[in-house]
Amino acid sequence: MLGKRFSPRLSFITHLKKNLAFVRIILLSSLLTPQFVQAEYGLNLPEGVTSISRDIYSLHMLIFWVCVGIAILVFGVMIWSMIFHRKSRGAVASNFHESTAVELVWTLVPLAVLIAIAFPATKVLIDLENTEKADMTVKITGYQWKWQYEYLDEGVSFFSSLDQASKDATRDIVARDKHPNYLLDVDNRLVLPTGKRIRFLMTSNDVIHSWWVRDLGVKQDANPGFINDSWAKIDEIGVYRGQCTELCGKDHGFMPIVVEAKSEADYKTWIAEQKEKQKAAAAAGDREWTKEELMAQGQKVYSGSCASCHGVTGQGIPGVFPAITGSPIASGDVKTHINIVLNGKAGTAMQAFGKQLSDSDLAAIITYERNALGNSAGDIVQPSTIKSAR
Amino acid sequence: MQSRSDYFVPDGSYWPILGSIGMAALLGGFAASLHDSLVGTISMILGFGIIIFMLFGWIGQVINESETGTYNLQVDKSFRIGMGWFIFSEVMFFAAFFGALFYARQLSVPWLAGEGNNFWTGENLWPEFKSVWPLIKMPDTTNFTVPKGIIEAWEIPAINTLTLLTSGATLTYAHWSLMDENRSGLIGGLIATIILGVIFLGLQAFEYIEAYQHLDLKLTSGIYGSTFFMLTGFHGLHVTLGTIMLIVILMRAIRGHFKKDRHFGFEAVAWYWHFVDVVWLGLFIVVYWL
Amino acid sequence: MSTTTTDLQDEIDTHASHDDHHHGPEKGLMRWVKTTNHKDIGTLYIWFAFTMLLIGGAMAMYIRAELFQPGMQFFDPQFFNQMTTLHGLIMVFGAIMPAFVGLANWQIPLMIGAKDMALPRMNNWSFWILPFAGAMLLSTLFMEGGAPAFGWTFYAPLSTTFAPDSTDFFIFAIHMLGFSSIMGAINVIATIMNMRAPDMKLMDMPLFVWTWFITAFLLIAAMPVLAGAVTMMLTDRNFGTSFFDAAGGGDPVMFQHIFWFFGHPEVYIMILPAFGIVSQIIPTFARKPLFGYSSMVYATASIALLSFVVWGHHMFLAGMPIGGQLYFMYATILISVPTGVKVFNWITTMWRGSMSFETPMLWAVAFVILFTIGGFSGLMLGIAPADIQYQDTYFVVAHFHYVLVTGALFSIIAAVFYWLPKWCGRMYNEKLAKVHFWWAVISVNVLFFPQHFLGLAGMPRRIPDYSLQFADFNMISSIGGFAFGASFILLTYIIVDCIRNGKPVNGRVWESAKGLEWSVDSPAPYHTFDTPPTRKQILEETSHIGH
Ligand code: HEA
Ligand code: HEA
Ligand code: HEC
Ligand code: CUA
Ligand SMILES: [Cu+2]
Repeated sequence: MLGKRFSPRLSFITHLKKNLAFVRIILLSSLLTPQFVQAEYGLNLPEGVTSISRDIYSLHMLIFWVCVGIAILVFGVMIWSMIFHRKSRGAVASNFHESTAVELVWTLVPLAVLIAIAFPATKVLIDLENTEKADMTVKITGYQWKWQYEYLDEGVSFFSSLDQASKDATRDIVARDKHPNYLLDVDNRLVLPTGKRIRFLMTSNDVIHSWWVRDLGVKQDANPGFINDSWAKIDEIGVYRGQCTELCGKDHGFMPIVVEAKSEADYKTWIAEQKEKQKAAAAAGDREWTKEELMAQGQKVYSGSCASCHGVTGQGIPGVFPAITGSPIASGDVKTHINIVLNGKAGTAMQAFGKQLSDSDLAAIITYERNALGNSAGDIVQPSTIKSAR
Repeated sequence: MQSRSDYFVPDGSYWPILGSIGMAALLGGFAASLHDSLVGTISMILGFGIIIFMLFGWIGQVINESETGTYNLQVDKSFRIGMGWFIFSEVMFFAAFFGALFYARQLSVPWLAGEGNNFWTGENLWPEFKSVWPLIKMPDTTNFTVPKGIIEAWEIPAINTLTLLTSGATLTYAHWSLMDENRSGLIGGLIATIILGVIFLGLQAFEYIEAYQHLDLKLTSGIYGSTFFMLTGFHGLHVTLGTIMLIVILMRAIRGHFKKDRHFGFEAVAWYWHFVDVVWLGLFIVVYWL
Repeated sequence: MSTTTTDLQDEIDTHASHDDHHHGPEKGLMRWVKTTNHKDIGTLYIWFAFTMLLIGGAMAMYIRAELFQPGMQFFDPQFFNQMTTLHGLIMVFGAIMPAFVGLANWQIPLMIGAKDMALPRMNNWSFWILPFAGAMLLSTLFMEGGAPAFGWTFYAPLSTTFAPDSTDFFIFAIHMLGFSSIMGAINVIATIMNMRAPDMKLMDMPLFVWTWFITAFLLIAAMPVLAGAVTMMLTDRNFGTSFFDAAGGGDPVMFQHIFWFFGHPEVYIMILPAFGIVSQIIPTFARKPLFGYSSMVYATASIALLSFVVWGHHMFLAGMPIGGQLYFMYATILISVPTGVKVFNWITTMWRGSMSFETPMLWAVAFVILFTIGGFSGLMLGIAPADIQYQDTYFVVAHFHYVLVTGALFSIIAAVFYWLPKWCGRMYNEKLAKVHFWWAVISVNVLFFPQHFLGLAGMPRRIPDYSLQFADFNMISSIGGFAFGASFILLTYIIVDCIRNGKPVNGRVWESAKGLEWSVDSPAPYHTFDTPPTRKQILEETSHIGH
């Protein structure tokens, strides 16, 4: 079952679509119906599909019930006294104000409760921090605002960012309601085998991100310049979704994660396909491209890779991201232009796209930037130029 | 004995608001000037001027009130408490930088080289990097200046340690003289302390020039340069302020201020100076020596 | 004894040294600019805090409006991040902290029988830095690149390498706020240590004074560390240092250590005075001495000490070695013990009292219940492995709003209702105030309780848009938010109405209230306690402490 843990309530949404969002207030009444407590509304953590996520779930429920217990006790006494010891009922105040014995009890009992919780917590923590003996390693690198996945043992690597359909739907309520996984879908999924102990290495290329997939019980900060590790062994085939959880700039809310867990055999096939694809992409750079081809491809890649900062129309955000429209670089010397896109600019958000995109995509973007978005430099850039500029 | 109800509550005053305006102009101007704003630079200079004016005016008024006997012993105690805890807050400010130094030496630099739970950091990101302290070669040197060497502890810094320790002694001598009503001892002690302070600052400036011109040891020399210059730099700034305060105290002493049993202004500056002294000892040990 | 002054001395006093200080306030605007009077300065602080609360609250209203339904509604994500950041900063540094300092200014001298604060001119400066710092912070909104958008925790390198130019203004605004707080704290310490009525022992002090005393030490120890952190940020941004840059041997996580070394004590800075307020109010309306006065004092001190050694619980996922995580987990959950002691003491104070529920008491009771709920979620967050699933989700947002809004802010509202009649000599409209209470307390729960579910269901914090399964709870939360926001309009009316038209009250506003502040007239005269209270008076007024 794909996405069963994140299935939104399509039925409601379709009833109440269009712009009259306030009508949704009616939904409040649905709170009273029994459906409300069903898991798909997400009142509670899911148990997840790894041993870690299940351990965390039990721990979570344990502390939760401890807190509920104490709350009933404490608030019970309090409410009792508020009802029965009020002046309007003729209660007369007594004058006691000290008791070492009582103070001692309510210091030691909570202490004992805490110690009792600390034991299982310690056990789970030690278990989840132990990343040794992994069957495979995936390196995850956060970028503003996408993820790079590298299968270190396979030599496969790719980027994963928010799907175009979600991007299109942020200001379009109809498109949104038609998109079952709005903001939780990506262009390239992270595919993993079930039943294998997978080690994740997290790092970042720019700011701090945090990679979180709830059902795997994995959340770990991705710090630039350092590698944190974490692990999971997925028990069930399925699609598990998550998000970046450390504020990482403008599109922090738009860098989801989709993990697709496949059987081992399916996973092997998938890896083989990926290797083929990478070869094909390299080959695309070996031929001459026409201007139309370059412009069409360029527009596509620009909106995928560059528009989040420089804007769909190239306007940028003044003071944060420069405009491409009218940029001296994008309409000046082509070498400088190629250089900044290939190598980025250290110490700014401008990444080195040479490591991320193929020769043909780079050529296409640069051509596009020079001849669209209000620029008209007129020249075109061929993949071969990029290749030699690398 | 003075009655407690004599506690002096000053009348309304313009100095604080002037101080706030000066502070806003100085800091806002500084921020703007960091981004090449001429108005910012002007505002910064103006703000600095206002603050100096405010300090002269405010402190002048306090000295005046003090000399005309407005403050009773209880007010004196408030000043002591205030100064004491102010110095404590300064200690905590330095603690942040000492903490950064400690963290870099004990944690982040070894981690970058793959120690502790950072095996993969060293293995995958910085395979070339070696953890040593002082850190000469940073993990990635592109944006940083690689120094040719570092300042040796047992040269200028050792002399400076001696200078500051001696200055502590001369200041204590001045204090004792004050309490013995030996005014020339007081003035002599203060002058000696100021001279030692200036010598310290001179040597420190010389050391910085050495570092910048011959050793390529700069603020931009990675974490070593950062911690080195920020710690010694803030310390130097405090010595400068302390010296200025000592000069003010000297002038007051020459004018015959301070009594045998009532000389909080003197003591406050002395506390400050000793605090600066202690910070230096810490610096000498952990920045230069170890 | 120092308090027995003869008539002759009295005469000398009045004529010689402070004759000219016995006049009333100056006239006009300059009174407020120049003032050295603790009551004036307290008033200034409180109005400033209230203004900032409305500004910060208006930003919260924007946040809730944007999150009312999925999709981008109004501005762009960058602006949303600016709002989140400024909302957090303004509420913490502009509203809650100044409000507490204002209460301290008004109440501490009155409660310890002091003539004024120990360092009155410096007191004025502490306040007058604030409007400038606040203006500098808000001015970033109008700069190119916009205001800071990296969260109130301003983690590097998002706040260093990747931040707009306006960040440098933000840095200096923080410096100024810190400077003001440190001076304010020094003043509180000097006042309590030196200005107390000569016959008042430390263990006679009302709890509000005690909690502020301890808070002041927290401030002096924590604020300079924040100043250090922003200074390193400044040099990393502009002068090429590499404190937070791995390439130069630094570490972005080092920023987090320094920040949270300040940041965790900071959250207790915002709750300890609240504990003090509630400890004043509950005995008054339970008509019964506070239970366990001395254990309250020790518990406050333990919380303060512990607060310096638990900062790592904000960083369980930052890559700390396991030993560090275990240590920080144990230390964190330990704080529940002294906090529990306080909660139990309040409840035992209520037990077999003779309670009535005037508005201040309602707020105090709501505080006890709702703060405890926030404490429970804090405890859950403190369990390191469980925090994996909670960190940076709305579960955390729910936690800290329960402790900050229904904790700190509620206590401030309680304090205002409790002491306002003393300040202005008039009574507020009790009926309206009760309506306001129920309106606020219900709406605030509609606002923040569903956020627990959102967090557990997987909604990260600091996002302007979310996937569809979070829609219902966000809408409920927003509705609660608008209702809670609107309650502040009523609150403003109640307060203004009280100041203008309230019925005059006598000195002891609440018939069973104890404390030196009730022994002076209402409104409290411009100058109080020119002669300190006697031992007999002190013992009489501290009998609610119970010893
Ligand atoms: C007034 C402010 C305040 C207060 C008082 C607290 C109190 C506590 N906080 Fe909270 N906290 C914040 C403000 C506050 N916090 C803020 C602002 C953040 C977010 C910062 C950010 O990232 O932006 C935060 C975040 C935060 C985190 C990090 C979460 C994350 O980012 O993943 C953690 C983790 O441990 C935590 C824990 C606690 C604990 C254990 C307490 C304890 O002190 C609570 C103790 C109280 C009780 C437990 C209830 C009463 C006790 C009893 C009735 C006794 C019996 C009980 C038991 C034995 C269980 N807090
Ligand atoms: C210290 C106190 C404090 C207080 C009192 C509040 C009060 C409120 N907070 Fe705040 N909040 C924080 C501290 C506080 N918050 C912090 C520290 C953060 C973290 C920031 C970060 O992530 O970096 C945060 C984050 C935060 C978020 C998460 C944002 C995100 O992660 O993206 C949300 C979302 O709902 C929120 C909502 C609210 C609401 C609805 C209120 C309400 O209680 C507000 C009530 C409303 C008013 C008081 C205003 C009433 C005003 C009017 C009716 C109009 C006045 C008009 C004008 C002035 C023009 N807050
Ligand atoms: C995460 C944000 C981000 C992304 C994504 C991004 N850029 Fe940039 N870009 C920047 C920033 C910031 C600068 C300014 C660097 C500086 O300070 O000079 C910049 C500068 C540039 C410039 C120089 C403009 C000028 O006038 O200075 C060009 C050209 C450019 N980027 C092209 C691209 C292309 C092509 C892509 C996509 C393949 C892209 N950028 C993606 C942030 C980004
Ligand atoms: Cu990446 Cu948030
Ligand atoms: Cu904390």
